[in-house]
Amino acid sequence: MSGTTDRYGLAQAARMEWIKLRSLRSTWWTLAVTAAGTVGIAVAVGRNSRDASADLVNNALAGVVPGLLLAGALGVLTMTGEYSSGTIRATLAVIPRRPLALMAKAVVFGVVTLIVGEAAAFTAFFAEAATLRHGIAAPTLGQPGVLRAVVLTGAAFCLIGLLGLGLGAIVRHSAAAVGVLVAGVYVIAQVIGFLAHGAAAYMPILILENSLSTTRPVDCGPSCPEFLSAWAGLGVLALYAAIALTAGGWLLAKRDA
Amino acid sequence: MIEARELTRRYGPTIAVDALSFDVRPGSVTGFLGPNGSGKSTTMRLILGLDRPDAGQARIGGRRYRELRWPLREVGALLEARAFHPGRSARGHLAALAAGNAIPRTRVDEVIDMVGLTGAAGRRAGKFSLGMGQRLGVAAALLGDPAVLLLDEPVNGLDPEGVRWIRDLLKSLAAQGRTVFVSSHLISEMALTAERLVVIGRGRLLADTTVAEMSAGSASLEDAFFRLTDTEVEYRGATS
Ligand SMILES: Nc1ncnc2c1ncn2[C@@H]1O[C@H](COP(=O)(O)OP(=O)(O)O)[C@@H](O)[C@H]1O
Ligand SMILES: [Mg+2]
Repeated sequence: MSGTTDRYGLAQAARMEWIKLRSLRSTWWTLAVTAAGTVGIAVAVGRNSRDASADLVNNALAGVVPGLLLAGALGVLTMTGEYSSGTIRATLAVIPRRPLALMAKAVVFGVVTLIVGEAAAFTAFFAEAATLRHGIAAPTLGQPGVLRAVVLTGAAFCLIGLLGLGLGAIVRHSAAAVGVLVAGVYVIAQVIGFLAHGAAAYMPILILENSLSTTRPVDCGPSCPEFLSAWAGLGVLALYAAIALTAGGWLLAKRDA
Repeated sequence: MIEARELTRRYGPTIAVDALSFDVRPGSVTGFLGPNGSGKSTTMRLILGLDRPDAGQARIGGRRYRELRWPLREVGALLEARAFHPGRSARGHLAALAAGNAIPRTRVDEVIDMVGLTGAAGRRAGKFSLGMGQRLGVAAALLGDPAVLLLDEPVNGLDPEGVRWIRDLLKSLAAQGRTVFVSSHLISEMALTAERLVVIGRGRLLADTTVAEMSAGSASLEDAFFRLTDTEVEYRGATS
């Protein structure tokens, strides 16, 4: 355990955050609904697919779009719940090095959402494959780009969750922070998608739909932006999460608790 | 040992704590007394590093709070506002705090027993009464078996039996050689609990004394307290 250390560190802080996360029933409800929704949509897509030439993997992962919102909201609430309840003061009394306290939260929450995200993405993929009708051949993980699409889509849960966590630390109020998250990830993305095609490729939801969860480059004609490659898309989402967490950690250290 | 030196904190135009200096020594209960809004809770938060002072500093055993190696094992604090999530059980809350400072898990059930929450430890803390919430806060403060305790208005919301329990607990902790710093706006409560007194008004130090000394020149401790705080109000009125 901590026998050799003479001061609290990331290991102790992370253990504390893990107990906090798992001791709230709302954590498990939210994650269960997120996963169930993602898989449910995949089943619906599978049963209704008629076009064998469509990107069936991309379609199977369509349920991730609403699921991500829940992962992001859970990230927000993991942080803002500390402020609304006053727990933040107990937390910082245990771990007064504030950036470390947020880092521990990010590590624990990131690992949990990564596991749940991957489980949801893989289950969605297999659920769609199992429910395809109309004589359409199911995609397999061995086909080019398929494994990558499923894995990176699962990772998006984690990254949007961490973005939510960072926003929660910046904004501190639950409703306002969820609002910023929804606006940033969904609404603004749609608006920019219409107005500025170049920037649209960098919007989180479009990265997910057109870079991460596809098995082949998306080309929707001359009106379409040039979408990022899968790995570049993942990098941009990771960058957003990192920026939000860095700003959140800086503000946490600077402000009164 | 707690040392406050020239602690100062403003919130906008309000000076909540104004160049406040005092020492709190081990071995006795030190009461932190002042009317509502005099800056007691702010001072506690400044000592714990939760709020930042505009000037001055506070040290605990010679160190600032944020420099402590295992904070909960050195300082236990009960804050004025609730500091637990309503959806979490008392046991879950305490287990999390214990893990953060590598305090053995067995200690959680020990402190739950000490504060009398054994039957309620598995229930969501959001359903707790004010008094049970205070008991959970006291359990958190005792978790690390710390040598220094800070309690902000601990008798708030307690029934008479609970008030008596807190009083006896604080005295026994001080008798074990710990530093016990406890705030109250109730002079009568402090008269029964504390040996030493730090009295403030409008963020300023009014007296750093003992209960015996303070009541010596007046008919009662209460009279002495009102005379002290009245002077402060008049003084303020005359200069502002
Ligand atoms: N976070 C805050 N923001 C603005 N004003 C505050 C804040 N905390 C305390 N104050 C003000 O500082 C003064 C001292 O408050 P406080 O420390 O709570 O006093 P006490 O605990 O003695 O009742 C009051 O005027 C209060 O309104
Ligand atoms: Mg107060």
